[in-house]
Amino acid sequence: IYEVKDNVAVVRINDPTSKVNTLSRHMQAEMVEVMNEIWGNAAVKSAVLISRKPGCFIAGADIKYHTHTHSLTSLSQEGQKIFDQVEKSPIPIVAAINGSCLGGGLEFAIACQYRIATKSKKTILGTPEVMLGLLPGAGGTQRLPKMVGLPAAFDMMLTGRNIRPDKAKKMGLVHQLVDPLGPGLKSPEERTIEYLEEVAVDFAKGLAGKKVTMEKKKGLVQKIQDFVMGLPPVRKQIYKTVHSKVMKQSKGLYPAPLKIIECVQTGIEKGNAAGYLTESQNFGKLAMTSESRALIGLYHGQVTCKKNHFGKPERDVKKLAVLGAGLMGAGIAQVTIDKGVATILKDTTEEGLARGHQQVYKGLNDKTKKKSLTTFERDGIMSLLSGQLDYRDFENADMVIEAVFEDLSIKHKVVKEVEAVIPPHCIFATNTSALPIKDIAAASKRPEKVIGMHYFSPVDKMQLLEIITTNKTSKDTTASAVAVGLKQGKVIIVVGDGPGFYTTRCLAPMLAEAVRALQEGVGPKKLDSLTTGFGFPVGAATLADEVGIDVAAHVAEDLGKAFGTRFGGGNVEVLKMMVQKGFKGRKSGKGCYVYGAKSKEKKVNSGAEDILKSFKLTAPPAVSADEDIQYRLVSRFVNEAVLCLQEGILPDPVQGDIGAVFGLGFPPCLGGPFRFVDSHGADKLVQKMKRFEEAYGNQFTPCQLLLDHAKDSSKRFHK
Amino acid sequence: MSLSLIRTVLLTAFSFCSAARSLSTSVHLQAQGNVSGVMLTCEKWKMPIPFSQYNSKSKKTLAKPGVKNIVLVDGVRTPFLQSGTTYADLMPHDLARAALQGLLNRTGLPKDAVDYIVYGTVIQEVKTSNVAREAALGAGFSDKTPAHTVTMACISSNQAMTTAVGLIAAGQCDAVVAGGVEFMSDVPIRHSRKMRKTMLSLNKAKTLGARLSLLGSIRLAHLSPELPAVAEFSTAETMGHSADRLAAAFGVSRLEQDEFALRSHTLAKKAQDGGMLSDVISFKVPGRDIVSKDNGIRPATMEQLAKLKPAFIKPHGTVTAANSSFLTDGASAVLIMSEEKALAMGYKPKAYLRDFVYVSQDPKDQLLLGPTYATPKVLEKSGLTLNDIDVFEFHEAFAGQIMANLKAMESDWFAQTYMGRKTKVGAPPMEKFNTWGGSLSLGHPFAATGCRLVTTVAHRLQKEGGQYGLVAACAAGGQGHAMVIEAYPQ
Repeated sequence: IYEVKDNVAVVRINDPTSKVNTLSRHMQAEMVEVMNEIWGNAAVKSAVLISRKPGCFIAGADIKYHTHTHSLTSLSQEGQKIFDQVEKSPIPIVAAINGSCLGGGLEFAIACQYRIATKSKKTILGTPEVMLGLLPGAGGTQRLPKMVGLPAAFDMMLTGRNIRPDKAKKMGLVHQLVDPLGPGLKSPEERTIEYLEEVAVDFAKGLAGKKVTMEKKKGLVQKIQDFVMGLPPVRKQIYKTVHSKVMKQSKGLYPAPLKIIECVQTGIEKGNAAGYLTESQNFGKLAMTSESRALIGLYHGQVTCKKNHFGKPERDVKKLAVLGAGLMGAGIAQVTIDKGVATILKDTTEEGLARGHQQVYKGLNDKTKKKSLTTFERDGIMSLLSGQLDYRDFENADMVIEAVFEDLSIKHKVVKEVEAVIPPHCIFATNTSALPIKDIAAASKRPEKVIGMHYFSPVDKMQLLEIITTNKTSKDTTASAVAVGLKQGKVIIVVGDGPGFYTTRCLAPMLAEAVRALQEGVGPKKLDSLTTGFGFPVGAATLADEVGIDVAAHVAEDLGKAFGTRFGGGNVEVLKMMVQKGFKGRKSGKGCYVYGAKSKEKKVNSGAEDILKSFKLTAPPAVSADEDIQYRLVSRFVNEAVLCLQEGILPDPVQGDIGAVFGLGFPPCLGGPFRFVDSHGADKLVQKMKRFEEAYGNQFTPCQLLLDHAKDSSKRFHK
Repeated sequence: MSLSLIRTVLLTAFSFCSAARSLSTSVHLQAQGNVSGVMLTCEKWKMPIPFSQYNSKSKKTLAKPGVKNIVLVDGVRTPFLQSGTTYADLMPHDLARAALQGLLNRTGLPKDAVDYIVYGTVIQEVKTSNVAREAALGAGFSDKTPAHTVTMACISSNQAMTTAVGLIAAGQCDAVVAGGVEFMSDVPIRHSRKMRKTMLSLNKAKTLGARLSLLGSIRLAHLSPELPAVAEFSTAETMGHSADRLAAAFGVSRLEQDEFALRSHTLAKKAQDGGMLSDVISFKVPGRDIVSKDNGIRPATMEQLAKLKPAFIKPHGTVTAANSSFLTDGASAVLIMSEEKALAMGYKPKAYLRDFVYVSQDPKDQLLLGPTYATPKVLEKSGLTLNDIDVFEFHEAFAGQIMANLKAMESDWFAQTYMGRKTKVGAPPMEKFNTWGGSLSLGHPFAATGCRLVTTVAHRLQKEGGQYGLVAACAAGGQGHAMVIEAYPQ
């Protein structure tokens, strides 16, 4: 398992059962064994720890098999113990990092005496535990602040962000960087790891011979910072600031960040022993919280939704055409060329095309400013985009995604025009948020090649793609659409056809209820704070402005027609009147709020308030407490989601949760509507809905599947 | 304030060159004893050929039916000097003029017999952007002879020569002068973009108020200058850094690199002392002495070389100032003619210029692998194999780059995986390879090196009695070049 080269023990980590190395119990035991052997070997003067897997050092710990607080606490303690031994190692240990070094992997690395990382794009360092509702439980909360300073450590642990090699070097997380190599006498990946090992062995020898020092050179700024951090009042202020920032952002709905602050504070103020104890205890507690379960569930769901379950498509999409250079069309074009697929962006007017082209350019150029792309790479990517007003070259397109105005007759016209120029194998995808795909496909000569691809705005930021298949859509068409979506980096749910599909259909009743609340005199700001207080990242009133009041009105009317009174509650006329007055939301400068002013404080649009007054309804006091309003909004969302599963629009609860969280911002701490029903209790939810039903009517009638779950508590959406 | 800033930046930029210089000081002291007469190089010209290793092999000629025979009549170059030394106060066209005049002197060419002049340069002096024309006028060529400048990084003068070949092959010209110049003692350092913009707006500002407000908008940061870098525009990676990665990719050790660098300097010294470098003309530098020898040749010991710290990838890299080519000032020129014209004018040509190729690869990871890609391609074109070649002259950008190329050429896996070839082309035997030194030791004025390589091949073929020579070089941008040269029957 290890090899001695020139008095340097080289330990090569390789978990043969997995594509990535994880700190499983088995691996931990093996590591202990190897380390003990190395420490017992007098010929070994230093050691190098390296992974044999090309894109991965150690990707984290494995907590799958633990189900009790106690066992999780002891798992954390074991980790702490091993890394403590590593930290106190009599010989220097060099961690040679290529690829992801996350969670437990990073904790291992920072316990070593020296760290060398490759500058590969795959090399990332970070503590993503917080995103799973956990904390770095193997000494991370104790070592990191000492290594990179309090502010940087908090930033890493509280955001879970990935640190790229250059940044890691700057902040003192690694000592040396090694460049990835190109083609040589072996493949670049293989040779790069070899080279990293050679360099690491040299440094290990240098460390053993005291020719290389472990101390990092500290700049003046660093020295000043260290001094300031040595002052207890300053530290106290930092804890306070960080705490209030976390509370502001998480609304206190996420326990992990607060526990992380507690661990760091205990370690620094009360010493190592207390720090380690707090860390392991908090780790055990956090792992048992519903928030952590929800977040871990989302993580696994996301992994599932990043796979193509429809097989390999017959043809790869090598050329994509996008119709309509609006916000959506240009966004789709951007994420496509970004992945090296030649894309035609067609619009009907030169202004529209120029705007779309600029949007794509800006999207990429912003990445060069963040240094995630060089200007040269940007230019190369842009060269894949062909902006045009005609159907030139459509005969070579493998897929067309239309993102034209949401009007059935226009969509029909486009289908006919496009089908006249595209080759027989070409797939016609339609990006619509509410129009049933089968209605659009009605104009097609080849409905098996027609599919819905519902992107979310802004396309380059929103991870979700909702793919909608009709009963005529062929499996290969679906496979191809999923393949394109995956290439674009999307998390994908595949749902059945129907008005509003899944996501829009869940959102519409909630927005209807939001309008109702507004009519009852809940102001937009209050409505926003109620929804964000429940865990939605964006408040309902702001969301309506972002989506566009006109779009909301359009959807509310269409779906209202399709689903009847269940989609009632708020009066559509409110939205229509707002549109009439030009209050279309952010894009028109006015919606529920007034936009454009530079001040951070959003002002409520008094014009919209006047409209709401003219549609004023009396709030029934029995169901208008703050919590009632929150549950009125959420229960309608959740009920509709469950109904989608019941009707078969949704294939499974996992995709339902992923769609709601990634597409609509359903509170991640609740894990999605289905996990929410499981954790909250279907019976309790049904009780609440019955109360609302009494006051308002059938928009609160729970669907059959929800009732079934309420009746039998053993029924759960997630096992 | 701004002046000292510029100086600091400059010092950093050229620190690698000064490191190289400090190493050479001791060598110079030793070498001073054998500085001989100004006419050294011309004397050597008449010397009998001392040895001919590849005597009378009598291989086939590479002449092709329907293709004009194009010949190298002669080639010269100024001494190649480390930048910042004796040429420091010149301008690029001064050096180019010296090379052109030297060619006229050497060949006795009537000034109006030249149909066209093509000249290469890399770092352009903005005042003389068509340096070919400025130098030609100053060198006394007829003002009726058109001239243009080409640029293709380190293979700029190769491009100048092949442009000449093209002009002759197409029947447009009969006698063309090609060459290249590089002047690193002075490079254009610009104001920052923001400053330039302000200055340009200042020209257009009509009122005093407008001017004052523009002047007021200048911030300290605007004053920081923009330096030309020997870095790829596309990847922002300096060439030395890329060379270090290339060496690592091919597992070239520091020791191998230092050994190759030492070989280059040792051979160059021997060639210089033995009078082999007959393409060097002496040049009376205005206000200074007559210069007649390259000044960068410095055969140090392996211990001295091993002491140097890596220059680019720190601290674990392997490319140092001593195993890299140094910043050099110099110019070269060749006279290329159709064979009939040369014979009609009574010249005895030195060599035929035969097939040539240009190649290009990924500028990030294969920046300096031009020779590996170009060599098999040009050999195939000529119907030759590596074994047929008697004389190899490869441009030595970095010792690590040469060693990496040799390893790549020797690898079937590389040929199959990256070049789409069935087998490797093979590495040139070292006894035929750069035996009079190379860019590492003689110096590498970017755009002047190509002509030096070709002229050296011609001279080595004459001295050694071989028939075919091969020139190959890498260049920034991931480009490369190779040319087959055939000895002119003696």
